[in-house]
Amino acid sequence: MSSNDFEAVIGIEIHVQLNTKSKIFSSDSTTFDSGDNENTSPVSVGMPGTLPVLNKKAVEFAVKTGLALGCNVSQKSVFARKNYFYPDLPKGYQISQHDKPICEGGSVSFVVDGVKKTVSITRAHMEEDAGKSLHHGDCTLINYNRAGIPLLEVVSGPDMHSPAEAAQYCRTVRQIVRYLEVCDGNMEEGSLRCDCNVSVKRKNESTLGTKVEIKNVNSFRFVEKAIEYEIERQIEVLERGESIIQETRLWDPDKNRTFTMRVKEDAQDYRYFPEPDLLPVTITQESIDKIRQHLPELPANRRERFKSDFGLSDHDADLLTSEREIADYFEETASACKNAKAAANWIMSELLRELNQGSKQIQESSLKPSDLGALIRLIDEGTISGKIAKTVFQEMWVTGKSPQEIVKEKGLVQITDPQVIEALVEQVLNENSQQVAAHKSGAKKNLFGYFVGAVMKASKGQANPDLVNKIIQEKLKS
Amino acid sequence: MIDKKTIQNIAKLARLKISEVEADDYSQQLTQVMDYFERISKIDTSGVEPLVTPAEIEVHWREDVVEQEHTAEDMVANAPARAGNLFKVPPVV
Repeated sequence: MSSNDFEAVIGIEIHVQLNTKSKIFSSDSTTFDSGDNENTSPVSVGMPGTLPVLNKKAVEFAVKTGLALGCNVSQKSVFARKNYFYPDLPKGYQISQHDKPICEGGSVSFVVDGVKKTVSITRAHMEEDAGKSLHHGDCTLINYNRAGIPLLEVVSGPDMHSPAEAAQYCRTVRQIVRYLEVCDGNMEEGSLRCDCNVSVKRKNESTLGTKVEIKNVNSFRFVEKAIEYEIERQIEVLERGESIIQETRLWDPDKNRTFTMRVKEDAQDYRYFPEPDLLPVTITQESIDKIRQHLPELPANRRERFKSDFGLSDHDADLLTSEREIADYFEETASACKNAKAAANWIMSELLRELNQGSKQIQESSLKPSDLGALIRLIDEGTISGKIAKTVFQEMWVTGKSPQEIVKEKGLVQITDPQVIEALVEQVLNENSQQVAAHKSGAKKNLFGYFVGAVMKASKGQANPDLVNKIIQEKLKS
Repeated sequence: MIDKKTIQNIAKLARLKISEVEADDYSQQLTQVMDYFERISKIDTSGVEPLVTPAEIEVHWREDVVEQEHTAEDMVANAPARAGNLFKVPPVV
């Protein structure tokens, strides 16, 4: 049997850290780089007698995300206790949602290798994060700063069949939560964590194979590689005639492989029951509708609109909608110069390159969209040439000055006065009388470009190239 | 019937150490409790919404405001073992 006889089935759980200022059940701060246990309180370390009080914003963010993922938002959802013992979970249970999650039944669509793919979202539920364990040989040290940070766990259906689909699904969800501004999507800091459930089955079989969960995957590239490795590993095991053990594995990016974290001997018995310390979460249809009305335009819609309104290609529309801030920047620039294609080109080539080199986000750019728009207008109006514009752009990037200011200061206005250009042309032709003779007699070809270059040089790049061409032609004929 | 084996499993999940005698006792006691629930569960509840909380009072939610009332030192002060401001526990891996 070859690996072609097998099919992989992949489902993904994404833990989205909702970027509220305070935790889900207490007023502790959620800042990432605080000192050890600085962001804790009796509630978040699970002192006896404390009671959780739900953060309104966390609910709002959960609803917002659910709606953007096409889910039904329940007017009544219920928190439940998930019971297990681990020192990073101070109460001995995690407050989560079990049989009545806040969001159910959505889907997201994206394109992989030119093919549209839709993945169902089974559910999205609110829960609290656990603390962070630092393992040493003889002891484990615990920091509860993260304990109680609000999470929305987004669970996909087992709808993906390749590592590329899985990675693209994760990227799409990240893009959506960043558009919504409910999560910063920072995978290195753990604001977005992907757990991948992978199983393989023979293609002619209808029942799913035993699944393995891969945790600790902190980049999309690793999602792809970890799943790829895991699929191959499982096929090999099955081909040897052995069976897959249900377990949790971790991805080791240094060794490019997954390894066993814990084997689920007896199926985990979490003994869920409704959290007696919290009332059911009730939300009126009115407030759900209100949140829906205020949803920003989502990336998929914006991409389509950029294509139809501005005539952008798939590639350009993808790139310019990859982040909400880039899309906003593009739209502002385009409306300032009324030339969307030029705006797209300047942003994608010049601006993004500078931002990359300076490791900056577009919102940190010292160059404002209105100024980039003004620069494009200067070109379109013929005030400066495209070539000079690049110099002006550099100057704008460094100084943050407006293009008009720079053009004025440096005297970069394009020369469009035919008399001035004619004088320059005559000067160049006089200085190059031999070449002119060679051109006229036909002894040398392709000298025309040489003359144009020389005139442009003489004008310090400021002469209008069309006029230069025209006038040289006229002069050479006479 | 909650047998001794079930009791021992529940104790294990709850990290409780119980003796053989205790396991027998709890088995009998919990069986009585469960039998009672068995009787209750025979009542016809069709059309009755499951009750999550008896107090359907207006929900009280917090505004998203940070209030840090305790220092890290306060928070680890009662820990049986600590390292700096971290809680120290027996090794788990």
